[in-house]
Amino acid sequence: MARPLDALRDTQREWMINRSRLIAALVGIFALLLILVYRYYSLQITQHDDFLTQSDRNRIRVEVIPPTRGQIVDRKGRVLALNQPTFVVGVVQERSEDLEALVSILRERFALSEREVENFWERSARRRPFESVPIALGLDDTQLAMVAVDLHSLPGVVVDAQLTRHYPFANTLSHVLGYVGRISTADLEALDAERYRGTLHTGKVGLEKRYERLLHGMPGFQHVETNAHGRLLRVLEKEPSQAGRDLQLYLDLDLQRVATEALGDQRGAVVALDPLTGGVLAMVSNPSYDANLFVQGISYVDYAQLRGSLDTPLLNRAVQGQYPPGSTVKPLLGLGALERDLITPETTVRDPGWYRLPGDTRRYRDWTLRVRGGGHAETVDLRLAIAESCDTYFYDLAHRTGIDAMAEMLAPYGLGLPTGIDTTAEQPGILPNTEWKRSQLKQAWYPGETISAGIGQGYMLMTPLQLAQAAMVIANKGTSFVPSLVHRVGDLTVGGVPRAPIAMAEEDWQAVVAGMVDVVHSPQGTAAFISDNITYQMAGKTGTSQVVSIAQDAIYDEDSISERNRNHGLFIAFAPVDKPRIVVAVIAENGGGSSAASPIARRVVDAWLIETEDA
Amino acid sequence: MPEYSRSLADSHQGFARPKTPAERLHLDLVLLLPVIMIMALGLFVLFSASDSDWGTVNRQLRNFIIGFGVLLAVAQVRVDTLQRWAPILYLGALLLLLLVPFFGVGAKGAQRWLSLGFIRFQPSEIMKIAMPLAVAAWVVRGGLPPRPSVTLVAIMIIVAPAATIAFQPDLGTAILVAASGVFVVFMAGISGLQILSATLVALAGIWPAWLFLLRDYQKQRILTLFDPEADKLGAGWNIIQSKTAIGSGGWSGKGWLQGTQSHLDFLPESQTDFIIAVLAEEWGFRGVLCLLALYGAAVARGLWISFSAQTSYGRVLASAITLTFCVYIIVNMSMVAGILPVVGVPLPFVSFGGTSIVTLMFGFGILMAISTEKRIISR
Repeated sequence: MARPLDALRDTQREWMINRSRLIAALVGIFALLLILVYRYYSLQITQHDDFLTQSDRNRIRVEVIPPTRGQIVDRKGRVLALNQPTFVVGVVQERSEDLEALVSILRERFALSEREVENFWERSARRRPFESVPIALGLDDTQLAMVAVDLHSLPGVVVDAQLTRHYPFANTLSHVLGYVGRISTADLEALDAERYRGTLHTGKVGLEKRYERLLHGMPGFQHVETNAHGRLLRVLEKEPSQAGRDLQLYLDLDLQRVATEALGDQRGAVVALDPLTGGVLAMVSNPSYDANLFVQGISYVDYAQLRGSLDTPLLNRAVQGQYPPGSTVKPLLGLGALERDLITPETTVRDPGWYRLPGDTRRYRDWTLRVRGGGHAETVDLRLAIAESCDTYFYDLAHRTGIDAMAEMLAPYGLGLPTGIDTTAEQPGILPNTEWKRSQLKQAWYPGETISAGIGQGYMLMTPLQLAQAAMVIANKGTSFVPSLVHRVGDLTVGGVPRAPIAMAEEDWQAVVAGMVDVVHSPQGTAAFISDNITYQMAGKTGTSQVVSIAQDAIYDEDSISERNRNHGLFIAFAPVDKPRIVVAVIAENGGGSSAASPIARRVVDAWLIETEDA
Repeated sequence: MPEYSRSLADSHQGFARPKTPAERLHLDLVLLLPVIMIMALGLFVLFSASDSDWGTVNRQLRNFIIGFGVLLAVAQVRVDTLQRWAPILYLGALLLLLLVPFFGVGAKGAQRWLSLGFIRFQPSEIMKIAMPLAVAAWVVRGGLPPRPSVTLVAIMIIVAPAATIAFQPDLGTAILVAASGVFVVFMAGISGLQILSATLVALAGIWPAWLFLLRDYQKQRILTLFDPEADKLGAGWNIIQSKTAIGSGGWSGKGWLQGTQSHLDFLPESQTDFIIAVLAEEWGFRGVLCLLALYGAAVARGLWISFSAQTSYGRVLASAITLTFCVYIIVNMSMVAGILPVVGVPLPFVSFGGTSIVTLMFGFGILMAISTEKRIISR
């Protein structure tokens, strides 16, 4: 065998083969190494800036610090709407040793419902283990105290505080303040998304909505570093938020309470204005509701109940309720007629207890028909007509004036137009004329309707606020201000905007005011019964507005008419007469007559002039 | 192989010089030095990747010490002993691999481990060592270059365990195991024509492999490579985050322990397969180059050992081990950098994990044995 030689030769050859392959491998490795180095070079040097930005974007998150909403305080600085810390008890899954046991403890502690516990489990399935999953929401201090005492013995339980709008006086002020609620998709379209990042609530109704822009404030921002799971690690940079502006109202909490109590269970509204500024001293609409219900989201059942109620508690009657003004419109008609020289204070009308248009058989009843049968007096002048609320006098006046001129006369007192008060959903009422009826009802105006308009019936509608505004014009003898809830926003005064004045002779004002004083202070006055022990001079005017029209010659019988068809009672007043400090309008829905309204006004004026030291 | 033929080539050196301690321990210091430096560097990176956890670092240090024990032990074994025992080792490893589907325990949907009660091990790791030993033993038997029939059998020796491992499924290990066998065949000197035809067969195999062999998640990984943005938070997440980590490191890096991608948990598997991204983020491009230089030194020494080995078996084996080591580095760094699909290949001596270190050190022990063999023979 040639083994040794073969082997020797083979070894040499094998070595050559191995060497050539080694060189090939070396070349291969070098090529791959070059590709690798080029790849890292391209990532780390060429695209470095892009990746650096991306890694920063990965870890740095901009968080919004929502602003603190401005407070609302009354004229004496008492807080009516504030931001209260409410507490949310949550569970961090990764920190609790026995989640089931912990949940059953908390369930017992907070008396949680089956549904709430179910919600918790649903939520906890979606959250990351280090995130807090809320289990009990909206807790106050005392409820929190129950869990906080032994918090240390319950690992995994965390308590977060958040500021939530709170209305400490609940029902008393809901119609004035309105409320905030969760931002809806519809809200989002109207709001500036940047300013509302991180904010859950926005004003929905009333002052809260009207002053939303000022109350809200500006959000701040902080740059925070987070890890891949979103856990916050540290704050890198912070720009604090700017709190919203505070609102100071003209409203007096005490007076508001008095008005609320005076109204009692009576459906209706009370508006009290400061005649020197137009500021709203009190504004009550009954029934009311608890605005706090809306803040965290009202339950479907509660909301359905509020919406479905015949008593319409969500309606702010003071600005949204529209009623025939009834006889409260008479002083305004008198003033308008004096201004246009259609009458003088001495003009008299014969009153047989009814009125008939010339050439017509229809009789228009005077309200005295049932009581006295014979009318007010042989002859009635303006003062007596107002004091005793003589219908015949104003039937005659209305007939002589005509509806279009009447509308022109009443317009400067604010009828048929929104007052412009700083709240939402104000209604304009109706000041009818022939043009209005043609465009709205596509009908011609009938002369009989002019007669009804003379005593504030028919198509004419006014809100209680419009009534108060008109009373303010009389109280100030021509000057008046746009009614305003808010006095100051921060340091800036926004109330007290003057309305166009009405220039008229002093005697003309005096004639009407004298009649209104007689309403309260004269024995024949329609509200004479409220003047017991009165220590100041008050001017007023009663009104009754029909809910159901009564057939000609029929006599309105209170007892035979169901409660909701009874007449509304109205009353406007101001006092003291020589230097008025308060104007009041009251409506008592289905109160039967003005006697349901006038004592309420007396009570409110008493409170303001006598019981309140504020002068 | 006859004894005297081996002694001839090396008979001119080593007579007069007294043996150094390293020589007495069969250690090749030139190879050992870069390995130790890589390990030291790796510990620093691991300390950062584990959020300054000494426990992890200590465990890795323990892995290194065990690895050195293995290396030291293997270095003492004569190369012809390895050659003799290679077939048995291979068959034993193959048997264990075949047992895995029946007795194996698994994690994350893959069955890779065998348990003896007190110890769990991966037969595929044993195969990483057994494969080059066995294939080399087979191909050098009939002299080089191997005849086509020998090559064909060699390919079967390679494919059998590689396919078994791929089915576990563990694509990364399968690739490494197959590569170590293929390198032996390559080094043995099969002709260019054979290489070409093998390459064509492999390319032709891609389509059926895609259809029948690859699992959905494996296909997903390959597709993700081409468009990581397609599934940003899912399959693409790892690769987007690792590229971001590497790229944001720049030339000089964010500083040791300062990497935001790794410390804020954006980077997945930051202690194991993706650890190069931590190094690239914190130490920058220059850190990557340093590491590559150290690897280069080890690889160069490995190839030098192959070049100067006394027997064909030693040469072929040393190259195969060194080239497989290169595959580890290139595959790992490429997949983290987004130019290869994500397969489970650790970065040698840097990624945390005892198994890969012990396997690697076993291989380096063989290199030591080959490197020091000439001196033993020359005695």
